[in-house]
Amino acid sequence: MTGLPFLFGDPFFGISWLDAIIRILIVVGVMTLIVVYLTYGERKVVARFQQRLGPMKTGPYGLLQGFADAFKLITKEDIRPRNADRWVFEFAPYATFIPVFLVLVTLPFAENWGVRNLTLGVFFVFSVLGLNIVGVMMAGLGSGNKYALLGGVRAAAQMISYEIPLVISLLAVAMVAGTLNLNEMARLQDGRPFVLVQPLAFVIFFTAMLSELHRAPFDIPVAESEIVGGYFVEYSGIRWSMFQLSEYASLWGFSVFGSVIFFGGWAWPYGDELGWGFQLFLTMLKSFIFILAVFWVRITLPRLRIDQLMNFCWKVLIEVSFLLLLVNGFFLYYEWPQEILAIVNWLGAAALLAAVFYRGRRGSRAAQLVGTYRQAAQAAQAAKVEAS
Amino acid sequence: MSIWPEEHVATAHHGEGFDTVDMTINVGPQHPATHGVFRMVLTVDGEMVVDCEPYIGYLHRGLEKLSEANDYRQAMGYWDRTDYLAGLVCEQAYCMAVEKMGNIEVPERAEYIRVIMSELSRINSHFMFLGAFGADVGSFGTSFIYAWRERERIYDLLEEVAGDRMFPTYVRPGGVAMDLPENFEARCRWVLSSVYQGLEDLDGLLTGNEIFVERCSGLSPVSPETAIKWGLTGPMIRATGLPWDIRKAEPYSIYDRIKFEIPTGKQGDVLDRFIVRLAEMYQSAKIIEQCLDQIPGGLVLNPKLPRNLRIDNGECYVRVEGTKGEYGVYGLARGGNKAYRMKLRSPSFCNLSALREMVVGNYVADAIIILGSLDIVLGEVDK
Repeated sequence: MTGLPFLFGDPFFGISWLDAIIRILIVVGVMTLIVVYLTYGERKVVARFQQRLGPMKTGPYGLLQGFADAFKLITKEDIRPRNADRWVFEFAPYATFIPVFLVLVTLPFAENWGVRNLTLGVFFVFSVLGLNIVGVMMAGLGSGNKYALLGGVRAAAQMISYEIPLVISLLAVAMVAGTLNLNEMARLQDGRPFVLVQPLAFVIFFTAMLSELHRAPFDIPVAESEIVGGYFVEYSGIRWSMFQLSEYASLWGFSVFGSVIFFGGWAWPYGDELGWGFQLFLTMLKSFIFILAVFWVRITLPRLRIDQLMNFCWKVLIEVSFLLLLVNGFFLYYEWPQEILAIVNWLGAAALLAAVFYRGRRGSRAAQLVGTYRQAAQAAQAAKVEAS
Repeated sequence: MSIWPEEHVATAHHGEGFDTVDMTINVGPQHPATHGVFRMVLTVDGEMVVDCEPYIGYLHRGLEKLSEANDYRQAMGYWDRTDYLAGLVCEQAYCMAVEKMGNIEVPERAEYIRVIMSELSRINSHFMFLGAFGADVGSFGTSFIYAWRERERIYDLLEEVAGDRMFPTYVRPGGVAMDLPENFEARCRWVLSSVYQGLEDLDGLLTGNEIFVERCSGLSPVSPETAIKWGLTGPMIRATGLPWDIRKAEPYSIYDRIKFEIPTGKQGDVLDRFIVRLAEMYQSAKIIEQCLDQIPGGLVLNPKLPRNLRIDNGECYVRVEGTKGEYGVYGLARGGNKAYRMKLRSPSFCNLSALREMVVGNYVADAIIILGSLDIVLGEVDK
């Protein structure tokens, strides 16, 4: 694997700050190109699912549609509502955009091939992704629009809640792997990907990931039929396209991240003789399968309600993920065999999915829930009257 | 923050403790969930709807006054624009009113054609509901496109028969404008087979879905008594479990010769309303198949009608089972070629009147799907 142009710890021109800038520029450039084609891909996939053709006019098979859209958005007028909070409004797109791109710093696309090989890679990804909320909240509060406000508040509640199961499920995997370095993690999976050992963690991760990305069925903060786009409803032109860019960039970032952690990223069981080109191809293939699954879910499933979403997170996912952490801890401490751990995990994943399925079949208690909320509201009203 | 009114900001900062203020959200008239130019102002406390104030009238065209100003046949064109998703049902109701006032005979074949056409329109309208409701619940337009595929086929058929897709003005006082095309039966049966296929697709996509069930079941349940009190009709009242269908209760046209069932729900919640409409479409398809079997030959338009239709004296109230409920037409004739008074009892308007009672106390997201489950058509609400 020698002779690669982008080896870790081997700076361009021997100047470390220039090296960092060049690497970031490469990431941003490649990212933008990929996002342009992800939007195109999504439109095509959605169209096929809905028995349409999708974009066909711009270039062969509409291949240049993404560029046409980007060009239109860049040349569009940048409108700021009169009652928006100027600086908050104008900086919100950057605040969502930067963390997403920072995530890419540590993702390994092939063996030892990325911007930086961080020892605490998983930890870095989480800490940076947590910053994403700030931009969304800024957009929601700064737009001076009630739809945006609702969207921003919904997004904040949802993202903070779902970060917990996301982090814990990945911690469980990291315990089994024994490392937080993404490169090491991928290397450990050349024989057996972690999704076979920790399927329950994968189910939790995928669910929480959909929620973090505001993808259906968790697209509550950007619900088109309710709050017309949510926090970015007032944005136009280049600022809107930056939100879009960061949305798709985080989708792709999450997919690479997930495919590295659960499917081994660039690793596969038949050795690494085929070189970094093939490893890059494997990473891309795995991440695009991930993305396809996300699109598929988006096209098929309706949207949850905010209370159902929160209930699912706080009453199901967090408990299950803590339990998973505990079980993994016992197995590792007493050094019980990995096979039994895998079986326990499979059973847990099957039980979780079956419970969700069964609950839907059984019909819901939404009416009762509404009743309790009504009672709570009345009680609060009565208390207010008494207090005054 | 300038989105709060000034006085609220003042209380929020200077009041004792930490007061919260209710926020009003304006939904519509341009909003993807209002299905037209309907507007409602929701007062929300966090995510809960505390109050809901509907505003209508954006699509008011003065249908009733126009019907007094134009002669009986000219006014037809305004009536199929009330429930524009099922124009032929409205045309049939209007023509029945005119026929009743003027004692005009209708050939039997024309009655069959009217029933076939209005049932096709009903399927069309309900498809629109299924698709739009799926989009309201959030399935990203997939249900919409599925529904659209079948609607296109029905519209093509309507165009072959009547020469226009949405507003054909095909039904006339005394019959229908022209006879069916030669290959109509085969074409209609083919369209029905594709309707069954589309229903199966939508049923599989939505009804069996856990999230869909979770969202819809138990939401804003209505008891039969309340439904009668509020004046709900059509699928809304059938969802509560009351088998009230004017085609059965007061059979008009040739519905007494046709076997069909009235699908009813149990709780009157949003899921029941959805399922009732789904089941009704199967019944409509059944009705059309029976009509195709039974349809006799003969004339399609009463030949004795004068060029200028005059009605001396007459008063009537005719009601048909519209796609949204009881579609009633009151007519009063006092000579001349124009009606003295025409009045529409529009089912969408009456169903929409219950919106506030259903929405208050639910979530904002639920308010949207409750509005969707009412299946209003703004042309009919605003007349």
